[in-house]
Amino acid sequence: MALATRPDQTKPAIPMKGTGPGLFGIRRRNRSRLVIAVLLSLVSLGPLLYMLSLSFQPNGGLLGATVLIPTHPTVQNYVQAWTENSFSRYFVNSLIVSVATVVITVVFASLAAFAFARYKFPLKELIFYVFLASLAVPNLLLLIPQFLLMDRLHLLDSLFGLVLLYVASNLPFTIFLLRGFFEAIPREYEESFRLDGAGTLRVLVSLIVPLSLPAVAVVSMFIFSAAWDEFPVALTMINSGSHYTLPVGLADFIGVHTVAWGPFFAASVIATVPVIVVFLISLRWFRSGVSLGAIR
Amino acid sequence: MLRFATPYLLLVPAVLIYLTFTVYPIFRQFNISFYDWHIFPGADNPFMGWSNYIAIFHDPVVRTASLNSFLFIVITVPIQMALGLFAAAVLTDHLPGSMFWRAAVYIPVVTSWVVVSWVFSYIFASQGGVMNAVVGLFAGHTVSIHWTAQTWTADAVIWILSIWKGVGWSFIIFLAALDGIPRQLLESARIDGASEIRVWRHVVLPSIRGAVTFVTVLLVIGAAQVFTQIFEITKGGPYNSTQSLMTYMYQQAFSNFAFGYAAALASLLAVVLFGFSAAEIRILRQQDV
Repeated sequence: MALATRPDQTKPAIPMKGTGPGLFGIRRRNRSRLVIAVLLSLVSLGPLLYMLSLSFQPNGGLLGATVLIPTHPTVQNYVQAWTENSFSRYFVNSLIVSVATVVITVVFASLAAFAFARYKFPLKELIFYVFLASLAVPNLLLLIPQFLLMDRLHLLDSLFGLVLLYVASNLPFTIFLLRGFFEAIPREYEESFRLDGAGTLRVLVSLIVPLSLPAVAVVSMFIFSAAWDEFPVALTMINSGSHYTLPVGLADFIGVHTVAWGPFFAASVIATVPVIVVFLISLRWFRSGVSLGAIR
Repeated sequence: MLRFATPYLLLVPAVLIYLTFTVYPIFRQFNISFYDWHIFPGADNPFMGWSNYIAIFHDPVVRTASLNSFLFIVITVPIQMALGLFAAAVLTDHLPGSMFWRAAVYIPVVTSWVVVSWVFSYIFASQGGVMNAVVGLFAGHTVSIHWTAQTWTADAVIWILSIWKGVGWSFIIFLAALDGIPRQLLESARIDGASEIRVWRHVVLPSIRGAVTFVTVLLVIGAAQVFTQIFEITKGGPYNSTQSLMTYMYQQAFSNFAFGYAAALASLLAVVLFGFSAAEIRILRQQDV
């Protein structure tokens, strides 16, 4: 899913965190807010912690019995999940697809966003709105024509083909977001760079993108998690087991062994850890002045 | 000359990919929807005119799926937004461990639909499921409700899962919007004697209107394409009763190979959603003035 970031030009003069009287007159209600925060976190993390807990329970103990905490903790599920079912293969495939999607999307979107942010040219706004318009139509609705297209291009069952589709679906939003960010960078910076003889690409690579690092990092996280999680498109386009991504591999795994809950939960934990790590890393940039959702 | 070409050159890669894999398929889909389309090489694809579209209006499963998709939207979207706004209001100002609580609320968003669909299936399992154990505790005897095998309970599981996984997304956007409200504004309203409810109605809500529009539009579009959780938890069953428009379209295309029919369904839905998004943006914008 998509999200927006924008450089925070409208940052209010007073500090945002910690000192203000807040929305609820917080000084007085710190305690009740803390209780609610704990409850919210428990509900949010509960099912995931439950999955983590079950992944250490021997598989035999998971059928028909209510287990909260493993009775005989073991890592056997992890060993089985990683070694059987080509799971390590799916993991690598997902990693390749997600990283490639992030890199290609960010590079192409930066180029396009730079054009929209810094140049005047005929049909500029029209082209921009054609990009934006696709945000109003669910990507999944294009599954059939995309399937036929990939068939014609001999890109069915290909990780590269999958990456192209993911890039296409992530481009509009990334361009939209980076354009806003690039436009907020003062032109004077660029001019002094140009005077030193830097070309357009140099300006983009050594000035604009580094200055937009928070936005680039946050949007990379969104693209990564979207590609890492994507299921229906991969299910449709990929048919040989050696090309499965994690979601397809996991769905296939539970479909085939409906009783192997232990290994499934272990596999799920392994599949979930990377995306959470990426999210936690990106948190640093969430904090450094990226104001999300500043959409008018 | 070269300066004139620069912006176009910068746009070339993105435009090429976008035209090939997004724009062209939109038109291709309309085209296919008028045929009895077969994917097998060399097969005959007779022209059908509007008959795929006419068939849609006589298909009882389309009616069920439309209702299910509609219910999914009107139930999950408002609840996600309300909970997301509530969580954002609680966490917008400093609290010990702020960053942890914020991250915790967002984490379900980045997890995989396939994984959490099966975790919820397990929680709602008829035998040994935590939910039945909890219900049993209140009922005073063991129960074995087949949550995911009956229409309404299966719907409920799908809604609960979707709300649980979605809240963090509304939360993070509302959080940013609330973080951006100058605190002085709130203070001066309070000093003028405004009640907390009035502060919300007249200061907070107007300031986050843009975020509300954005969240509403994108959540509705997201909810309209509900697929994985239904596909994994019920496969649209029992007897197509939990089918959504997207799972039904998928089944028609990739299980029944009725590509023309499925393309007609997808085209129709695309037009409806596009019109809806445009109208929604317009209405919510108008309130701005």
